[in-house]
Amino acid sequence: MIDLTIIWAFIIAFAIFAYVVMDGFDLGIGILFPTFAVGRERDRAMNSIAPVWDGNETWLVLGGGGLFAAFPLAYAVILPATYPLIIAMLLGLVFRGVAFEYRWRDPAHRKLWDMAFTGGSFVAALAQGMTLGALLQGIEVDGRAYAGSWFDCLTPYTLLTGLGTVAGYALLGSTWLIWKLDGAEQDHARRLAIWAGGATIVLMGAVSLYNIALNDEYAAHWLTAPQIYWVAPVPIVTAIVSLSLLHGILNARNSKPFWLSIALFFLGMSGLGITIWPYVVPPGITIWDAAAPERSQIFMLVGVAITMPLIIGYTAWAYWVFRGKVADEGYH
Amino acid sequence: MFDSLDALLLARIQFAFTVSFHFFFPAFSIGLASYLAVLEGLWLKTGKPVYLDLFKYWLKIFAIAFAMGVVSGIVMSYQFGTNWSVFSDVSGPILGPLMAYEVLTAFFLEAGFLGVMLFGMNKVGKKLHFAATLMVALGTFVSAFWILSVNSWMQTPTGYFIADNGQYMPGDSWWDIVFNPSFPYRLVHTVMAAYLTTAFVVGAVGAWHLLKDRANLHARTMFSMAMWMAAIVTPLQIFAGDMHGLNTLEHQPAKVMAMEGHYQSHPEGAPLILFGIPDSDAKTVRYAIQIPKASSLILKHDLNAPLDGLDTIPEDEQPPVGIVFWSFRIMVGIGFAMLGIGLMSLYARARGTLYDWPLLHRLAVVMGPSGFAAVLAGWITTEVGRQPYVIYGLLRTADAASPLAAPAVAASLLAFIIVYFAVFGVGVWYILKLMGKPPKPGEPGAKRGDKGPIRSAGITPGPTQNPGGADTLPGSGPSAVPAE
Ligand code: HDD
Ligand code: HEM
Ligand code: HEM
Repeated sequence: MIDLTIIWAFIIAFAIFAYVVMDGFDLGIGILFPTFAVGRERDRAMNSIAPVWDGNETWLVLGGGGLFAAFPLAYAVILPATYPLIIAMLLGLVFRGVAFEYRWRDPAHRKLWDMAFTGGSFVAALAQGMTLGALLQGIEVDGRAYAGSWFDCLTPYTLLTGLGTVAGYALLGSTWLIWKLDGAEQDHARRLAIWAGGATIVLMGAVSLYNIALNDEYAAHWLTAPQIYWVAPVPIVTAIVSLSLLHGILNARNSKPFWLSIALFFLGMSGLGITIWPYVVPPGITIWDAAAPERSQIFMLVGVAITMPLIIGYTAWAYWVFRGKVADEGYH
Repeated sequence: MFDSLDALLLARIQFAFTVSFHFFFPAFSIGLASYLAVLEGLWLKTGKPVYLDLFKYWLKIFAIAFAMGVVSGIVMSYQFGTNWSVFSDVSGPILGPLMAYEVLTAFFLEAGFLGVMLFGMNKVGKKLHFAATLMVALGTFVSAFWILSVNSWMQTPTGYFIADNGQYMPGDSWWDIVFNPSFPYRLVHTVMAAYLTTAFVVGAVGAWHLLKDRANLHARTMFSMAMWMAAIVTPLQIFAGDMHGLNTLEHQPAKVMAMEGHYQSHPEGAPLILFGIPDSDAKTVRYAIQIPKASSLILKHDLNAPLDGLDTIPEDEQPPVGIVFWSFRIMVGIGFAMLGIGLMSLYARARGTLYDWPLLHRLAVVMGPSGFAAVLAGWITTEVGRQPYVIYGLLRTADAASPLAAPAVAASLLAFIIVYFAVFGVGVWYILKLMGKPPKPGEPGAKRGDKGPIRSAGITPGPTQNPGGADTLPGSGPSAVPAE
């Protein structure tokens, strides 16, 4: 008998991963925006994501909506527990989302909307990372409800995960720009990517070590036999990917560093999955405690099975339509 | 206790505030997406440039409205969890899947094709571009379908059972849940409302430019199209509203009593109260202007049919009468005003003065925002009328909220109010500015050199890039063509 709850855990994880990677590079470009020269460089960076950001953000709705549908109890506990972070993220996304249109509508205030773009992107990224940290550090539950206070989610540890996410998104954004730009602007993106990549690797390492120190159960997932033989490849492969990423950033002129950054994120998320398994809200609620009934799981699985290939298909098509280096008048 | 009461009230205000703001944008973009599809279709069919110009004129406005709809919608999808966690926990097994279907079948569709619709005409060709426009329009409709199914289930829950852990679980048939008793009525009435809202905005913009220049062909075309919508859809909408009300009488009688201002039962024919001031303490409508027995006629199709009043409903199950009574009258009043405009336009058409009757044009300008007011008033009727329940008859609003401290909710509410008014206020201003410019031949998006850096950094990147083509090819999109 296949366990639908496990399938759903993987579907939600996939949606979150897709979101983190795809909106990650949008938000990363927002975070790095002030370092771009006003005018052509900013316009090109913005235009490299304008046709796709809305689709990218939709994965966030799927992540949230999917959690509500597949693990309603988790949705009902995590969101009140991280209230200030979620509200900050939503407001950040408001600013960042409207900036795409507004900056073109109102050249006189373009500077202002560029700032809103950066501020919104930064706040959203930080809040997302801190939400992750708040989840990992454990959420106090009483019965079926959150039992802590509304600032439990603001700790040094969550700040660390928040900054790690900001750095990671900046890495995705800068490697995306290496791919989409050329000439001096590509070199600028390359310099940014070195910094972002270094910071990401350091912060990822710090969060990993902290997690093992955080509680015994997490540590046991990594350090006891026989699991250790299964999980050991994760840090080893991560080290290899990190090195080739740094090498790629220094040399490549195309998409290679971007794909390696995605690989790094994939490994990081797998690591987190191993750490908290089988909980969806550590330390008390497992995925089976929180799961929706089988009838709901099946109904949605039918929808996912039919629509997901189509979604991936037309999303890929939309990316294909806007493929290649971002054009610029007088440049080509 | 006082503290938790405050948190609840704040959460309700926050939800009402954010959802009302959100709904303004879909109410407009559902209709506008379809209008754009019609314009592009007419252009492809007839080849007349006026349709293409109008398409590009409204596309720029659509892009802004859509962006605001998206960002305010994302707020909504998280608010169930942040502020209504008990509701989310117990209703998740039923409502979660419906909302997941909305994401899978509607949001991805809209978002996936939006980029091509806005920026891609130079890259994919006319036919494929038209297909993208159709997909976006379809997406907005499918989105309305699912979210209204969710809302209707909360009004008239069916097809569920209650599990030991308190959750509402799906019964044998999802069909019973999705097509719950109030859903067909709500879907028809709300989608037509969105079309009317858009039609009156388009009509107002057309009329505004006709007042300045009667000969403007573009203004004439859009005004005429909008007036056809007003004349045809308004009567249908009134009919649908009537059906919707009869259905509500069957499933949520207390709501209809509040709408009608019937505090007392009327065993022999209830009067239709046109206006008056409901006084819930005295349980009477003061200064009422009423038509004897007319309410029984409308609701029961019989002058002398008995009609129950709120005196048959326990005190703690009654909705607040004042708000519902007034919001309902605002909606219905606007409905009849819209009908008036529709009839006037038919008369003008028959006399051949559709484009030369300043009075009609002035009235159409005044009615421009009326759709938004009607939509909001309608929703307030619906939502306040189902109080004190959030899931009708099952879950009280007071029991549905998250365990949050009042200061947390107060802070977030304040932040929403400031940010929404600032950000969306500016967005609406940009839209009004765009509307203030007359539509003209060769609407920007097709021509370069209007003002300033036209295809700045071209959003049309990639190998097929064709800088010179921007002169001739349409629709390099709003962002590609910053208007100054
Ligand atoms: C352009 C918008 C518009 C216009 C002109 C009207 N309505 Fe409406 N009405 C709506 C837009 C709307 C709405 C926003 O779409 C609502 C809110 C929830 C819903 O189902 O539809 C609504 C709700 C609503 C309800 C509440 C149903 C319930 O909650 O159970 C009733 C009884 C009516 N309408 C009846 C009417 C009548 C008799 C109208 C005749 C003039 C009318 N409406 C015009
Ligand atoms: C888009 C148009 C909508 C508008 C303008 C609207 C408006 C409102 C208003 C004014 C209230 C407050 C009622 C009160 O507290 O007295 C409310 C409550 C509520 N509505 Fe809606 N609503 C809309 C759509 C929806 C939809 C589609 C859903 C469900 C998916 C929904 C779910 C709720 C819930 C959960 C509440 C309870 C919270 C509360 O009472 O404040 N609403 N809404
Ligand atoms: C409280 C209930 C609601 C929630 C949770 C909600 C959620 C959302 C979300 C998350 C988005 C953004 C989708 C994207 O990323 O592309 C969105 C946009 C949209 N919503 Fe809502 N929504 C609600 C009420 C409504 C209602 C009542 C309608 C229509 C009847 C509606 C129609 C739309 C449409 C058409 C869009 C596309 C954007 C636009 O047209 O402006 N929504 N909504």
